[in-house]
Amino acid sequence: MTKMIWNMPIPSIPLRMEKREENRTLQFIETMTLTTSYHIFVKEFVSEFRTRYALNALLMFVVTTLSIILFSIGKESPTQDILSGTLWIVIFFSAMSGLSRTFVAEEERGTSMTLRLLVNSSSVYIGKLLYNFILILFLSLIIAVSYLLFINEFEVKSYEIFWITIFLGSAGLASASTILAAIIAKANTKGTLFPVLAFPILLPLLLTCINATKLSTEGAFLTEAVKEFQILISFTVVMVATSFLVFDFVWKD
Amino acid sequence: MKKLTFKSENISKLYNRKLILEKVSFSLNEGTSFAVTGKNGSGKSTLIKILCGVLSPSKGTVEFSVEGVTVPYPDYYPHIGLVSPYLNMYEEFSAEENLTFIAKVRNLGSESVKRAEMLLMEFGIYDHRMKEVKNYSSGMKQRLKYCAALLHEPEVLVLDEPSSNLDQYGIEAVRKFMKLQKQHGILIFATNDKDDLEYADTIYSVENGKA
Repeated sequence: MTKMIWNMPIPSIPLRMEKREENRTLQFIETMTLTTSYHIFVKEFVSEFRTRYALNALLMFVVTTLSIILFSIGKESPTQDILSGTLWIVIFFSAMSGLSRTFVAEEERGTSMTLRLLVNSSSVYIGKLLYNFILILFLSLIIAVSYLLFINEFEVKSYEIFWITIFLGSAGLASASTILAAIIAKANTKGTLFPVLAFPILLPLLLTCINATKLSTEGAFLTEAVKEFQILISFTVVMVATSFLVFDFVWKD
Repeated sequence: MKKLTFKSENISKLYNRKLILEKVSFSLNEGTSFAVTGKNGSGKSTLIKILCGVLSPSKGTVEFSVEGVTVPYPDYYPHIGLVSPYLNMYEEFSAEENLTFIAKVRNLGSESVKRAEMLLMEFGIYDHRMKEVKNYSSGMKQRLKYCAALLHEPEVLVLDEPSSNLDQYGIEAVRKFMKLQKQHGILIFATNDKDDLEYADTIYSVENGKA
């Protein structure tokens, strides 16, 4: 039996297909988290590369801040301590300008309810956390390479410590900013609320990152930076674990 | 045929200290439909959101059971298909990509591809399936929402203003599915359209608090 809609012959559709899952809830819960998180992660990336909301804003921020630092340094020779600090200031504010997009965009486009109906909150959290981590890691790498190339006074002597700090610092930033982004997404003053909430939470992480970066410029051995790495790993683990526990409440209410 | 029951007991919702819903109770079995009516702002959409589990009630419980086994609230969302003005598709993706994403996260398997194609044809947007949703008209977006809601063959179909933004062809397609859902599952919808209300076994007025 065929029916014409918009001059197109279409088959009559059965409401139910022949094969049907017998225990949908159980099957859904069993396969939910990792596979679903992966699909959400991929969706975030495809969405970002099509709209380029976060990426363009972040890259512009990096270019602007690095240019300002270059101009303000001029012919001065700032210490490695100051340069280590400014590196993490650039990374922190770049993260603040882009990482909230992942949840804010869902609210603004009205797709958060769609996502709430499709998947459980744990999958959403893991997918978005992974996306934020890859985004901030990519960004931190660009900032770090640009910093090394353009700011001649900044001299890294221990590259292992430097790159491990960049990696762990990015993980810490992503872990804290993902849950904060979920919290502020429903607020009216999203733009200002995000850095205000993030600053006190990220302060211990930033101080540790600055210390570890300073060690890398002093040519310290890897073992000397272990304490800093332990703090960075602990911070990330605590943030991810806490966020995982409270995310369901944040996401649904 | 599965034995389905959908029960709401004394649902109340406070919003900004204002009581939007007060003690809404009803019970539905497979093969029945339930319509919610009421003026704009009376709480129809709030009730729909609570029933679907996307908004928590201030008081009361919602219970869904399959074959006598209760699925805890709001974990029954794999069984629900919702079409609502508050629910949007990803505009930077095409209709096909949206449905593929939904099929993947719902773990629907390869059969969903065929069903997605059939739904797109049924709702008359098959030829536009590769276009980004941002280029769709509001009616086409509404049709896509129906495709998304019906993709996983939901036991409970929940519609908030089922005929909004649709032309006559769209309305006919929707009503066909409302009729089918009423026969094979549970249909819940919020409307003030008298023609839509013909598909309801029970009509509940939010303002009066009576069925």
